[in-house]
Amino acid sequence: MSTEPYAAAETEWQLPSPRKVGIILVILTESALFTIFVVAYLFYIGKSLNPPYPREVLEFPWLGSFLLFSSSGTVVVAEQRLKKNDLTGFHIWWAITMLLGAGFLIYTGTEWYHLIYHDGLTLSTNLFGSTFYSLVGLHASHVIVGLLLLGIILVASLTGNIQHRHHEHIEMISWYWHFVDGIWAVVVTVVYIIGTQS
Amino acid sequence: MLNNQYRYSLATSGLGRRWPLSGFTLAAFGSLLLAASAARAQDSTIRAIQNIFDPLSAPAETLYQISLLVLAVCAGIFLVVAGLLTYAIIRYRHRGPEDDREEPPQVYGSAAIELAWTVPPILIVVMLVLVTARTIGEIEHPKMPDTAEEIRIIGHRFWWEVRYPKHDVVTANEIHVPLSDRKNRVPTQLILESADVIHGFWVPQLNGKKMLVPNYRNTMWIEPYATGIYLGNCTVLCGQQHANMLIRVIVDQPDVYQKWLESQKKAPDADPQTAEGQRQFISNSCGTCHTIENTRATGTFGPDLTHFSSRATLGSGVAPNDDANLRSWLHDPQVLKPGCLMPDMQLNDRQVVAILAYLRTLK
Amino acid sequence: MANSTSTLKEIGTELTPAPPGHEHGTMTAWIQDLIFTVDHKKLGFMYLGMGWLFFIAGGILASLIRLQLAVPNNHVMDPESFNGAFTMHGTTMIFFFAMAMVFGLANYVVPLQIGARDMAFPRLNAFSFWATFFGGCFLFLSYVAGPGLYGTGAAPDASWFAIAPLTSRAFSPGNNIDYWSLGLLISGVGSITGGVNVMVTIFCYRCKGMTLYRMPLFTWLVLVTMFLVVMFMPPLSAAQIMLVLERFFGAKFFEAQAGGSPVLWQHFFWIFGHPEVYILVLPAFGVVSEVIPVFSRKPIFGYPMMVAASVMIGFISAGVWAHHMFTIGMDSFSITFFAFATFVIAIPTGIKIFNWLGTMFGGKLRFELPMLFCIAFLFQFLIAGLTGIMLGCAPFDWQLNDSYFVIAHFHYVIVGGIVFGVFAGFYYWFPKATGRMLNTRLGLWHFWVFTIGFHLTFDPQHFLGFLGMPRRIYTYQAGRGWEFLNMLSTIGAIIQGIGAILFIVNMVWSARRGKIAGDDPWDAWTLEWTTSSPPPEYNFEQLPEVRSRRPLWDLKHPEDPDWKFE
Repeated sequence: MSTEPYAAAETEWQLPSPRKVGIILVILTESALFTIFVVAYLFYIGKSLNPPYPREVLEFPWLGSFLLFSSSGTVVVAEQRLKKNDLTGFHIWWAITMLLGAGFLIYTGTEWYHLIYHDGLTLSTNLFGSTFYSLVGLHASHVIVGLLLLGIILVASLTGNIQHRHHEHIEMISWYWHFVDGIWAVVVTVVYIIGTQS
Repeated sequence: MLNNQYRYSLATSGLGRRWPLSGFTLAAFGSLLLAASAARAQDSTIRAIQNIFDPLSAPAETLYQISLLVLAVCAGIFLVVAGLLTYAIIRYRHRGPEDDREEPPQVYGSAAIELAWTVPPILIVVMLVLVTARTIGEIEHPKMPDTAEEIRIIGHRFWWEVRYPKHDVVTANEIHVPLSDRKNRVPTQLILESADVIHGFWVPQLNGKKMLVPNYRNTMWIEPYATGIYLGNCTVLCGQQHANMLIRVIVDQPDVYQKWLESQKKAPDADPQTAEGQRQFISNSCGTCHTIENTRATGTFGPDLTHFSSRATLGSGVAPNDDANLRSWLHDPQVLKPGCLMPDMQLNDRQVVAILAYLRTLK
Repeated sequence: MANSTSTLKEIGTELTPAPPGHEHGTMTAWIQDLIFTVDHKKLGFMYLGMGWLFFIAGGILASLIRLQLAVPNNHVMDPESFNGAFTMHGTTMIFFFAMAMVFGLANYVVPLQIGARDMAFPRLNAFSFWATFFGGCFLFLSYVAGPGLYGTGAAPDASWFAIAPLTSRAFSPGNNIDYWSLGLLISGVGSITGGVNVMVTIFCYRCKGMTLYRMPLFTWLVLVTMFLVVMFMPPLSAAQIMLVLERFFGAKFFEAQAGGSPVLWQHFFWIFGHPEVYILVLPAFGVVSEVIPVFSRKPIFGYPMMVAASVMIGFISAGVWAHHMFTIGMDSFSITFFAFATFVIAIPTGIKIFNWLGTMFGGKLRFELPMLFCIAFLFQFLIAGLTGIMLGCAPFDWQLNDSYFVIAHFHYVIVGGIVFGVFAGFYYWFPKATGRMLNTRLGLWHFWVFTIGFHLTFDPQHFLGFLGMPRRIYTYQAGRGWEFLNMLSTIGAIIQGIGAILFIVNMVWSARRGKIAGDDPWDAWTLEWTTSSPPPEYNFEQLPEVRSRRPLWDLKHPEDPDWKFE
C-alpha cells in the first residue's frame, strides 16, 4: 500500500502466464516420476536371472519412433495453421498428429503382443520384464492421456468452441505432447540402446 | 592395563550407574545362576546394560572417541546459541508502557555480521568431515591379522544362524567369540547375510550396527577386550517377533573358547534312554525344519539343535532354556513367542516329555 | 458484526452476500458449501480440520504405544497390533497431520499475503483436498478390513517406510501393505496437484509491486516447500507403483530371489523421504520468520540471506538421502559423501537460527503466545539440529541408527520444531481467520503443559538410544536399563496429550467466545492484516499495490517507510 503514486517510470507489472507455469511444473513432476523408473531399469540391466534377455527379444523401434517424433512436427504445423486462422488446416494437422500417436500405440501394442505370446516375456518373468513393461507402459499411458487431451481439443474445435483466446490452452497441450515425445527419446536410449549392450 | 581399568570404572560411574540397579541386580543374579550351571569356567557376567559410551571392543572404542568429539562440538554450539537466546529473552524483553512509545531501531541486517557467523560453521563442518572420513576408513577397512576368527551370521525370522567356516561348527543365536588382547590381536570378522528379509545386528559395546540384507554380503569386525555375555538386538523390523530376535555374544578366554569349539564339533551320541524322544522328534516332522547331526533330522528352516542344551536361552533369547520354558515351547511356541514361525505341533504331554528328555541330551 | 453468540457457521459468511437460493445458517447450506467450495480460505480450514482429526487418531495410537512400552514384557498390545500401531502412527502423523497443516496454512495465508483473490486453480485446489482426505480415509479403512476392528483389522504393519522385502507378498500376505501404498498413492496425487497450484499462484498472482524479493518469508518458504513437493513426491509414488505391481502382478522390483535389490527400495524411498521432512519443516520456519519480527518489533534480520538459505536448504535436501542408510553396507566413499552433505545442510539451517536471533537482538520482545511457541521452537529446533549432526556423523550413526535416539531426534524436529511452529501459526492467524482471539489463559496452560510433556516424553529417549534400545520393538526384557526411562517417557506422553487436548478445547471455545480481534490485533506488517477479520470471500476490495516488504508498516509509518531503505 504505497503512500505515493506508483512512479510512472516503473516498468509495467508483468507476471508469467499461469497456464505456462502450470504445464512446466507438471512436466517437471512427471519427469521426476519417470526418472525413478528409468533408474530402476538402468540399475537392473544385466541382472535378470533367467531369460528372455533384452538383446534376444528387443528390436529397435524404428517405426514407432518415426510415428511419434513426426507427430511432434505435425502438432507444430497445426499450431502454426491456427495462428494464421486456417481452421481447416489446423483440424487436418491436429488429426494427423492424433493418428500418428495412435499409430505409435498400435505399434507398441503389437510389440508387446509379440513379446508376451511369442517370447514369453511378461511383467513377472524377470527383472527385465518388470522394468521394461513398467517404464514403457508408464510412457504409453502418458501417450493415451495426451491423445485424450488432443481429442478434446479436436472435438471442441470441430463444434466451433475454440477461439483465438484459447491459443494458450492449445500451446500447453502441445508442450505436453512434446514432453511425451522427449520421454520416448529417453526410453529408446535407455531400453533399446544402452539396455541391449550387455 | 590401567587404561582398561579406567574405562571400566568410567562405565560404571557414568550413565550405567545412575539408573536404579535393583531390577538389573535381580536379573543379573538370576542369569548368573543359570549361566554358572550351563558352562564351566566361562565368564558369566551378563552385560545387559549395553551403553555405547562403555565400549569393550576395539571398533567400539574408535566409535566412542569420535562420538565424544561430536558431542563436545555440539555441546559447545548449544551453549553459545542457547546462551545468546537466553540473553536476548532477558535483555530485550518489552519492559513496560514506556517501551510502547516508539519502535526500536529498524535494523535490516548487516553483511559483516552475517559473514562473521557463517565462517565458524563452515570451519566446524570441514573439521567434522575430515575426522568422519578418517574414522570410516578405520572401521571399514581394518588390517585383519591371520589370527582373526571368522563367523558367518545369517539372519532369519526370528533367529540367528551362526556358522564357523574355519571350524565347521554350526549353532544358533548364541555366538561364542574369542577374547582379544591389545598386543596379540584376535579380532573376529562377522559375515552378515540374510535368508529372508532385512535384519540388523547390534551389540553396542562391541561395535556399531550393520544390516543383514538378502542377496548381499556385509562384513563387520569385533575385537572384545573383556569377557562376558554381551546382549544385543535385531535392529530392523522383520515382522511380529522382531523384538525377541535377541543376540548373545559370549566372549571367552582363548582356552575356554577352544574347549567350546571342540565340544561343538562332537556330534552327540545316541542315548538309549532317550531313544523314544528321538523317535518322536523324527516322526513328528521336527526334522523337516531342524537339523540334529547324526540323525535323520536335516531341516534348515529352523535353528540347528545339535547342541541345543548347551545354550542358555531358547527362542533366540526370549526365555531361559530351562525345563519349564522348554515344555511350554514344545506344547505351543506361540505362547512364549506369538508370531514366531514355529507352529503349534499339536504334541500331547507324553510326546513333550519324551522329546524334552531327548533334547536335554543334546549338550 | 459478530456478537458473542455467533456460531461457527456464520463466521466467514457474514460479509459474503448469499447467492440466490442458498440460505445462511442452515445445516444443508453448510454441508453444500463444504462439499462444493473452491474458496482457498474454506479449503484451508478443511485441510486444517482434517489435520487435527488425524492428529487425534495418531495421538491415540501414540498413547497405546507408550502404554505398551511403559514396563517390560507388557501385554497391552500383541506384537501384530503394535507393529500396526507405530506404522499407522507414523504414516498418519506425517501424511495426514503434518502435510495437512502445511497445505492448510499455505492455502489460507499465501493468497492473502501476496494480495491475490484465490489460488491459481480453485477447482484443482478442491480436488487436491478431497484426494488427500480420501487417501487418509482409505488408509484408516484398513482398521475394519481383514479380521475386523476387534482383531485390529489389517492395518499396515511394516513401518511408515514399508521396508522391502518385508512388504512383499511372501512376508506380508494380507492386504495391510496395500492400504498403505494405495492410500498414499491417492493422497500423493492430492499433494502434487496442490503443490503445482500453490507454485503457480505465487509466481503468477502476486499483486502489483510485489516482486519475489518483496514477498513475506512465509510465502517464500512455502514456495520452496512446494517445489520440493513437486519434485520429490513423485519418487514415492513411483516406488509405491512398483510395490503394487510387485504385490498384485508378480513384478520383480525388490525381490532378492529374482536378483532384485531391497536396497533399491530404500534409495527410492529416502530420495522422497528426506526432502519430505524439509517439506514439513520449511513452513514452520516460515511461521517463525513471520512471528519473531512482529513480536520483536523489528524487521527480519537479513532478509536476502534468509531467502538464499531457504533455497539452499531446498536444493541440498535432495542430496543427503542416504544418511538414512549408513548401516546398510554402502561403500566408504558414498558414506563419506552423504555425511559431508548432511553436515553442509546444517550451515544454511544454522544461519537461519542466527538470523532469528539477530532479529530479536535490539528489539522489544513481547511474549504473547505466538512468540512463546517460537522461543520454545528455537531452543528445541537447536537441539534437534544438533542431534541431527550427531546422526550425520556416520560412525556415530552406526551406534545410534535404528535406536530410540533417532526417534528422539525426529520427534524433536517434528513435534519440538514443526508442531510448535504450527501452534505459533495458529495463535498468530486464528484471529485473522475467525475474527476472534484464542484464549490467553488456556493458551498459557496449553503451552506449559505441552512443553513439559514434550520434554518428559522425548528427552529420556535420547538416553534409551545410548543404552542400546532399538526401534520398533513391542516389548523389552527387564534388566537392560530401559525401564525407568520408558516409564518417564510414557508419563510425559500422557501430559503431552493433555496439552494437545487443551489446545483443541481452546480452538473450539474461542471460535465462539473468543475476544473480538479486529483487523490487526498484533500490529503486524504484511498484507493479510489489511483485510477484515475474517476476510471477505473476495479477500480485497481492491487488489493492493506494494512498494516494500512490509506494506502495512509503510502505511502506518509514512514518515519512515521501508521502501526508502530496502
